[in-house]
Amino acid sequence: MKISCDIDIKHLTRVEGHGNIRIVIKDGMVKEARWEVVETPRFFEAILVGKHFENAPYLCGRICGICSIGHTLASIRAVENSFGIRPSQQTQRLRLLLKHMETLQSHILHIYFLAAPDYLGVGSVLPLTQSHPEVVQQALRLKLLANDICDEVGGRRLHPTRTVVGGFTMLPDRYRLGQFRQRLQASLADLTASVDLFATFTIPDFQRQTEFVSLKGDGDYPFIGGDLISTDGVVKQEQEYAAMTNEYMADYSTSKLSRLSRNSLAVGALARINNNFAGLLPQARAIAEEFGLVPVIHNPYMNVVAQLVECVQVVLESMQLIEDLLAEPWQEQRQPVEPREGIGVAAVEVPRGILYHCLHIDEAGRIVKADCVIPTSQNHANILHDIEELALFCVRQGKSDKEIGLLAEMLVRAYDPCISCSVH
Amino acid sequence: MTKGKTFLGVPVARPKVAFFELSSCEGCQLQLLNNEATLLDFLSLVEIVRFREGMKEAGDDYEIAFVEGSITRLDEEERLRVIRDQAKIVVALGSCACFGGVNQLKNRFNDFEWVKKEVYGSFPIESQEVKPISAVIKVDLEIYGCPIKKEEVERIVTALVLGEQVHHPQYPVCMECKARENICLFDLGEPCLGPVTRAGCDAWCPSNRLGCWGCRGPAPEANLGQLQIIMAERGISQERMIDRLECFGGFGAFVAEVKGKKGEPR
Repeated sequence: MKISCDIDIKHLTRVEGHGNIRIVIKDGMVKEARWEVVETPRFFEAILVGKHFENAPYLCGRICGICSIGHTLASIRAVENSFGIRPSQQTQRLRLLLKHMETLQSHILHIYFLAAPDYLGVGSVLPLTQSHPEVVQQALRLKLLANDICDEVGGRRLHPTRTVVGGFTMLPDRYRLGQFRQRLQASLADLTASVDLFATFTIPDFQRQTEFVSLKGDGDYPFIGGDLISTDGVVKQEQEYAAMTNEYMADYSTSKLSRLSRNSLAVGALARINNNFAGLLPQARAIAEEFGLVPVIHNPYMNVVAQLVECVQVVLESMQLIEDLLAEPWQEQRQPVEPREGIGVAAVEVPRGILYHCLHIDEAGRIVKADCVIPTSQNHANILHDIEELALFCVRQGKSDKEIGLLAEMLVRAYDPCISCSVH
Repeated sequence: MTKGKTFLGVPVARPKVAFFELSSCEGCQLQLLNNEATLLDFLSLVEIVRFREGMKEAGDDYEIAFVEGSITRLDEEERLRVIRDQAKIVVALGSCACFGGVNQLKNRFNDFEWVKKEVYGSFPIESQEVKPISAVIKVDLEIYGCPIKKEEVERIVTALVLGEQVHHPQYPVCMECKARENICLFDLGEPCLGPVTRAGCDAWCPSNRLGCWGCRGPAPEANLGQLQIIMAERGISQERMIDRLECFGGFGAFVAEVKGKKGEPR
């Protein structure tokens, strides 16, 4: 049977920001398959010009309501790299702990509130409070724990207050940190239950070859700074980020777009696992293997599973980080900061993929030029090409209108797009 | 989810609530989801018919509309008018909706074409000067903050549901900060807008040793002249003071006055 469909989704739900899906198939021929980004730009890169550097992390954090910690830390790293400041080991550990807990809360939000309802056949998490109360409770417990630790370390779960160039304005309470380590230990049971739940889901069997970009691990699973790598074999240094992202504009998107060796690339949890599988801790790697998540995986729907694997990874790493922090007395929380003229680049793995901030700062410490390359903006072109391929796939499989619409929505959601962030 | 809620044994109507977002980070809506411990209680207080970020269903039958974000494009004005026509109560959720938020910082440049070019080069992009939502429609209630404080939102929503008057504090953040017995940020050499910013956040930032940036706008009883004297006495430059005052748009009139008086155009 030759299928026909006309799918027109304006402002896709259960994603951050505003995007549209359009798929038109007539008698088995794909006439149109589009992903449109219609979000309004806020012009952060212009807003920063002329501002003193201390504004940068404070303003940049407000690019995003989900990954504000990641943006804040990227901005701080860009300033510190520009000034030649190397943060103390204590500061590095605290920042990584904070980053990990943002990753955990963001991934849990996506896995349970945004993605899981499709797999459980409902429109939102609300009906699940009645049908699967234990699932909702375990999600809320995990998210609460992550957010509580963000409050303790960063001062606030959204738009953090303690994170500044040079370190922190205040240090966490040591006793409470110890308690958090215990809660992290206890949370592994909830994560195990999450793995069991996911094992019951049928992940769509769809593939499209693409290039995955992330930080480059060296036997570890990196999140903050270092070299960049792609699955097509490109390796670059952090400050060469522009050659890794190659931003351009197109008429279907108010967000900039990226490409590297092919016509699109992908970043995010799946990209990180595809590049740094060897750096996963044994417990996390075992879960990846259980789901057949062994590099290189080209099924975009598997990003949700990759996020679940990362939840285990960051919880285990965070427990170790707290142990290391508590093994030594507190050192000075804030290093002195001397502005100097320079260009600083930061590459940070945030929940949705690799994020770059680049700041040109003058000798008085004011920003001359700013550039932020957002994970979701790097993913947009890949999402578009996936939608095109998915339409062809659905024709071959003889899918119904309803199935095609749902598969397309699930595909976009699998990327966990942060669209307002991508346009910023 | 439809069973009735009672308060002290009296049935309470669950108003139909919808959430909308204009130009913003969508963080204020997420703050509601970030309230894990009391989220389910909160959800039993209202009936959410539209929350694009969290649910697929989208109802047009709502009584209270929460609008996050500021206006930066014409289509947003049209969306707002539709919302106003439908809702009995329109709530501006967060500083972007109330004052323009960080987005309005682009308004400080005289040449808007430069702003567009700086980010998009020669690519044509539609955008306009940033406005708060009250510039286009009547707003019944404003919830301040970047981000909003979830405890305050819950208090306000509970008052709305029970039909009570909503009161914002008249005094500044400084009062809350003193009550928490924090070290004064000025004594640590940091600028702080606590003396002039509307309270209600329980001195969120100063309690974490970050000086207040004024995200909630001026307190009705703010003494802005005195703020300039404090800043000058503490040796804090006018540039740093203005950075904070102009950050969220709440102090717009005062910033214009200070810049007009002796500030150089920046």
